[in-house]
Amino acid sequence: MIEIKDLHKSYQMGSNSLHVLKGINFSVKEGELVAIMGSSGSGKSTLLNILGMLDEADTGSYFLDDVPIKGLNETKAAQYRNKFLGFVFQSFNLINYKSALENVALPLYYQRKKRKERTEKAMEYLGKVSLAEWATHLPSELSGGQKQRVAIARALAADPKVLLADEPTGALDSKTSYEVMDIIQGINDEGKTILVVTHEEDIANMCKRIVHLKDGVIVEDKPVEQVRASQYV
Amino acid sequence: MFDRDRWQEIFEAIGKNKLRTFLSGFTVALGILIFTILLGLGNGLLNSFLSSFVDDAQNVIFIRGGRTSKAFKGFQENRRIQFENEDFEFINSNYTGKVEYATPRIYRDGLAKYKKESGSYSIRAVHPDHQYLEKTIMMKGRYLNEGDLVERTKNVVIGRLIEKDLFKNENALGKTLDVDGIAYKIVGVFQDSGGDNEERILYMPYKTVQLLFGNNEHLDQINLSYNMAMDTEQAIAFSKKIEEDFKKKFNVSPDDQSAIRVRSFVEDIKETMVILGGIYALIFVVGIGTLISGVIGIGNIMTFSIKERTKELGIRKALGASPKSIIAMVLQESVLITAVAGYLGLILGMLILKLIGNNLEEYFILNPKVDTGVIVVATITLVLSGLLAGYIPARRAAKIKPIIALRDE
Repeated sequence: MIEIKDLHKSYQMGSNSLHVLKGINFSVKEGELVAIMGSSGSGKSTLLNILGMLDEADTGSYFLDDVPIKGLNETKAAQYRNKFLGFVFQSFNLINYKSALENVALPLYYQRKKRKERTEKAMEYLGKVSLAEWATHLPSELSGGQKQRVAIARALAADPKVLLADEPTGALDSKTSYEVMDIIQGINDEGKTILVVTHEEDIANMCKRIVHLKDGVIVEDKPVEQVRASQYV
Repeated sequence: MFDRDRWQEIFEAIGKNKLRTFLSGFTVALGILIFTILLGLGNGLLNSFLSSFVDDAQNVIFIRGGRTSKAFKGFQENRRIQFENEDFEFINSNYTGKVEYATPRIYRDGLAKYKKESGSYSIRAVHPDHQYLEKTIMMKGRYLNEGDLVERTKNVVIGRLIEKDLFKNENALGKTLDVDGIAYKIVGVFQDSGGDNEERILYMPYKTVQLLFGNNEHLDQINLSYNMAMDTEQAIAFSKKIEEDFKKKFNVSPDDQSAIRVRSFVEDIKETMVILGGIYALIFVVGIGTLISGVIGIGNIMTFSIKERTKELGIRKALGASPKSIIAMVLQESVLITAVAGYLGLILGMLILKLIGNNLEEYFILNPKVDTGVIVVATITLVLSGLLAGYIPARRAAKIKPIIALRDE
């Protein structure tokens, strides 16, 4: 599903060049649930941004579902993002003046789906995260956990190949975190490929594989015995 | 552009950000409102100036005799210049093709009596052409005609207000009016847009008056209208030519200013038009300035709104919005707000102008309004300025990198 070879990325900070990713080789097969761990500054967010086509690598190759991701213009990148990827962010990033349902329906709008179909699909995915009754509520009327569930529903609505979650539990207490992880595990059980960036050990252990990043290189890449979140919920 | 979903998306964004929408709309509406009112008042001013000329035909030239201020060709100064019938005929025979209408005038005052009512009125003894030069409108009967001149009839045409003064509710037409002891037959009643004084005048055939009073051929004044085919410059030249000819005819020094006075509206109109043009240009500049500041206002608010919406636009881009769709969204929103608000301002402005109507007549503002052409231009300008005001912020919005927009604050 994801093939990365010798990925390099540096940022220009005034006169200094900051080498963030120093040759990443990494591949993810369909249906995997991978945790990317590392302390802040290890380059994990940069890696996720490159995977999410929100940023581009300096050198190296990146294939997503056998499609080379290289030198995309903004329009093409937007198209690919819409088609291949779903995003879940630490700070939820819901549009505050749109209801939960409208938020979930938004990626479908950019897929040029009809309004009726959008609403139906969005409702279906809201149901999946058990928020069907909250459909008409604005994000400000939802709790943190509910917001993140709306965000997950939104990420899934476009039926992406890969779900990218950047510290999805970073803003949540542990009980809510486990609820969210339970949903993520459920989605993964249905076969969706998911990458989770986290710095929390317990969250990482709920994935099936942990990739450790340190100073821009992968220092460890190991499968783990998955801890089911459902036992804590 | 006509994507229903996108409009729905825009209406949603507008509807849920009412303050922002209101602020940007208000700026534009105010700008257009001021623009419309200014332009309307400018037109009112123009109308008022124009109407001050319409009492008489605009192409009239007046010739009057005065006293010489200089000795010339053996004549003493302070000589009185008296026009006679021969001078009037001189006009008719010498300027064929250039003169449209011509009439002499003899001024008198007379005490008019009908039954027990009486009043003192101005008498103008004239040629039938006078009707066209003065734009006299006949209400009843007829104006003086050639027959009256030839026969030296004692026919009189009276103003509407004389009929009202002396005849009360009676019909004056065909009645006999006593003016200074002489009986005249009323053949017509007229009205005139020049005000009350112009409607308290008695018109008599000039030859009759000459016969009855002094049996001479004296005239006080000659009025003529030049052929409208002449342009302003030609008309001014023609009026100079008449002055020269008359000075020669009466042996008056060419630089004597008081002996022969030739006056025309041409130069007055030209001067007024120049002044009006200035006023109009000023109004236009102020109006355009207001409009521009409105557009800058909306540009400002859009820029601010883009900043405020950076995160939202970043999210949209992460979810698959192309830069084009972001630009289109921001532009359409801007055009929509500008067009609707501008149109409201325009309607309101026209309503206010309608309410003002002729209430400001004493401030020289008559029937202020804006014409359809201006409205069409204004509407197009509105849409264009909406595009302009939205374009820069829209481009900026399209350039937002989702990664930066989404960076946790």
